[in-house]
Amino acid sequence: MSIRVLAIDDSRTIREMLRHTLTEGGFEVHVAEDGIDGIEKLPGIAPDVVITDINMPRMDGFGVIDTIRAAAEYAGLPILVLTTESAQDLKDRARRSGATGWIVKPFDDAKLIGTIRRITVA
Amino acid sequence: MSTANDIRQTFFQECDELLEALDDGLSEIDDGIADATFSIDTVNAVFRAVHSIKGGAAAFGLDALVHFAHQFETVLDAMRSGQLQATEEGMKICHRAADHLNDLVAAGRENRELDAGSGPDIAARLAGLVAMPESAPAPTPPVSGEGGFGFAPLSLDLGAITQDSGQTTFVIAFRPHRALYASGNDTALILRELDEMGVLTVEVATEGLPDFDAIEAGEAYLSWTLRLVTEESEGAVRDVFEFVEGMCDLQIEAVADAPAGAEIPLPAAPETPVAAPVGAPPAPPPAPAQSRDKPAEAEGPKATVRVNLDLVDRLINMVGELVINQAVLTQCVKDAGLLDRGDLSTSLAEFRNLARDIQESVMAIRAQSVKPLFQRMARIVREAAELSGKETEFVTEGEATEVDKTIIERLVDPLTHMIRNAVDHGLESPQDRLAAGKPATGRVTLSAAHRSGRVLIEVSDDGAGINRPKVFQIAVEKGLIPPESQLKDAEIDNLLFMPGFSTASQVSNLSGRGVGMDVVRSAIQKLGGRVSIQSQRGKGTTMSISLPLTLAVLDGMVVDVAGQTMVVPITAIVETLRPKPEDIHALGADNLVVSVRNKLVPVIDLGVVFGHRGAPASISDMVVLLVESDSHTSWALAVDQIFDQRQVVIKGLESNYGHVPGVAAATILGDGNIALIIDPEETAHRSGAAIDPGELALLDEV
Amino acid sequence: MTTATHVQPGVRELVTFRVGDQDFCIDIMMVREIRGWSPATILPHAPKYVLGVINLRGSVVPIVDLSARLGLGPSVPDDRHVIVIAVIGTQATGFLVSAVADIIAVDASEVQPTPDVTSEATRNFIEGVIVTRERMLRVLDIQTVLPKVAETAEAS
Repeated sequence: MSIRVLAIDDSRTIREMLRHTLTEGGFEVHVAEDGIDGIEKLPGIAPDVVITDINMPRMDGFGVIDTIRAAAEYAGLPILVLTTESAQDLKDRARRSGATGWIVKPFDDAKLIGTIRRITVA
Repeated sequence: MSTANDIRQTFFQECDELLEALDDGLSEIDDGIADATFSIDTVNAVFRAVHSIKGGAAAFGLDALVHFAHQFETVLDAMRSGQLQATEEGMKICHRAADHLNDLVAAGRENRELDAGSGPDIAARLAGLVAMPESAPAPTPPVSGEGGFGFAPLSLDLGAITQDSGQTTFVIAFRPHRALYASGNDTALILRELDEMGVLTVEVATEGLPDFDAIEAGEAYLSWTLRLVTEESEGAVRDVFEFVEGMCDLQIEAVADAPAGAEIPLPAAPETPVAAPVGAPPAPPPAPAQSRDKPAEAEGPKATVRVNLDLVDRLINMVGELVINQAVLTQCVKDAGLLDRGDLSTSLAEFRNLARDIQESVMAIRAQSVKPLFQRMARIVREAAELSGKETEFVTEGEATEVDKTIIERLVDPLTHMIRNAVDHGLESPQDRLAAGKPATGRVTLSAAHRSGRVLIEVSDDGAGINRPKVFQIAVEKGLIPPESQLKDAEIDNLLFMPGFSTASQVSNLSGRGVGMDVVRSAIQKLGGRVSIQSQRGKGTTMSISLPLTLAVLDGMVVDVAGQTMVVPITAIVETLRPKPEDIHALGADNLVVSVRNKLVPVIDLGVVFGHRGAPASISDMVVLLVESDSHTSWALAVDQIFDQRQVVIKGLESNYGHVPGVAAATILGDGNIALIIDPEETAHRSGAAIDPGELALLDEV
Repeated sequence: MTTATHVQPGVRELVTFRVGDQDFCIDIMMVREIRGWSPATILPHAPKYVLGVINLRGSVVPIVDLSARLGLGPSVPDDRHVIVIAVIGTQATGFLVSAVADIIAVDASEVQPTPDVTSEATRNFIEGVIVTRERMLRVLDIQTVLPKVAETAEAS
């Protein structure tokens, strides 16, 4: 069984990149277009890891994290935040919000895959 | 799945949409600026548009675009946070900035630099709005490399105390807090990662552990003392804890001397493939997968529209109906005796041609190049090469070949299996290759080509070829063939496709997983395809898959089977013949064979097989369709007569009913009635006339 | 089917039909259309009660002889027979019946448990009965009368 990833990003380009890179990396990739879409797709996909952008319409990445962390059935689900900035305060904010880790855009393929493997039980 | 170039196109398509949204948003703000009625959502949307352009641009190394988008974004960010008031003057600058962004996107699309022009002026005026240094560097490091996603430079921290061996021992005290688990991080995974970096010894302190009854889910009770001997730097070790910083007590110390502690192997290392000797240099990476195809020429982005796939499928269905309707109409005209009216038959012929053309055009919408599929296979080769320790060169040919999207999707699993097989079983170990006078690096070739209305996909390796004596022996041991069977080489090769051939003893853990080549074959057959195998001892093995271009239509021979109209796929038919009575021989109590050019072929009366008649009819009154399986086994399907030969639209039986043995699908004939499309191989196997190769050998001797 | 709009809560609309000499009904929401009998293309290796498949505006729909399916003996289909096309989920199936009577509205509470007197053969296929002055209507459990493909594939 390959690791199932739910990637949430409002940018089609980033979604395509994530899909491409992660599919190449042997993951099963599902995508959602914003936080609400992601949360709605979550039960159907039952991902092993969620990757989410922060800035999105309807529901942002922090909303995604809050919603997932508030649901008992998703306890321990790893969530990676995609940030454009590598600034420390954004990392801190991601961590405080309950994210498992983060990926800085533009991401490096090997590092992205390594990061997902790091936080998932393969 | 898309390639880097496809994604680049997606990016520019999306830029167009985002720029449009940006324009719309700015105009909306303009309209509401006097009475402050514009919505904060609009400002947010405008910000996101610029932000998304920046994010994508960074990935493609479009530095000028990234830089300017960042400046623009800073202004919009200030506006949405309320630090900056939207003014008419400010909005003018924003519009100018949007225009400039547009120019930068256009320049990026065409791979050219933009003349400085008004850029610096606009940047300066943007900067003036928020009082930021005009030359503020974009915070995202630009990534170079056209089309690719690039690699961020990796800084190497060699500050730690190194031993002679180039290894460092780190002592790590690690006590996770509850928050660590709540954030989805997992101690076991951290330990796994450390374990992969070198030799890890682990001590767990359980003093903190309360009585069992008092244990609370989610609470953190344990602490670890870890000793890691590794070539990695302290920075790399710290990186492992990057995500859990602040959610644990952590001390990492490099120690000069490493007393050999009790070695406790870690249980949580499922990914470590082979136990590499301690201190051994890292294994050389498997040869990079190469593509012999010329890199895609830098072609300008094609104008495209994005369409929901459901719409395309609906269109394909409707065109299918149209083709059927055309056939019905032709039938009506014929029945009315009007077909000899010149103008009418000319119009009908035109109608038929148009319907065909529309059908082909619509099918082409679903067609995709096999390139993404092949790229995925490159990954499989790398993994398989790494796991099996075989250096492998991967060559692809005909990546631009287009096939129906659904077929491509459903090829992933069988092809993955075949590729793994080629590396795992096909190629020899580097030592054996050298001993055989071959280069140490083996080669696996994946090719695609259009051939006479079908797609041919081949997986070949330059390995040792099939070990036929061994295959024969295994087949005997499994009871698949009698020990005294006399088999030709091709027949032995085809034993690999027999259900029950693959077993743990034969399949290594790499390609194994209990899936045999029979599963591959049935997956291909479900797509209307055939698999065959050619192998030459010492030279290698080639597996060929022949597939239809689409799943929606097939060329069929319309036949009469005891009063029922049925369709036999033409691709399966080698020839049709009317056997002479002296060519028909009885074999055993109720089996017949027909001799075709000195070869005896078992006869299958389709009427009997499908229950349309009780007793076999006289074969000499019938027409025989000679069909050949992928395994080169032949059968003679006996039918009452041949009506017609035509393209038929495939209609599934599965959605409303289920699988019917020996039947591949259904179609709707010109008269509106349904005819079943026969699956010749399954029919043969079910009829009992499917003879195993051992029996075939006996037949040959008759 | 827009008939549901004026229906009161708790009221079910049922299509009633005859099979042999018995009266049955199914929920109208499941019925897509009712059409006359036309010969079907025989499905090999199918259970005896599957008469074959017909072309319903481009889709291939199997036809079940309800009388045979319910253990009331096989029908000899002719022009007087009627096919009720029912859709269960996304699956369309046609049921051959002797005649369609009418559409009735009953309160859900009028559906009674199946009495013991009903023959064993049909009881498994019935979710309840509705008793009126002149007749007993058997409410068909449509799921149970769908053809079971896998179990009968080898029956022939």
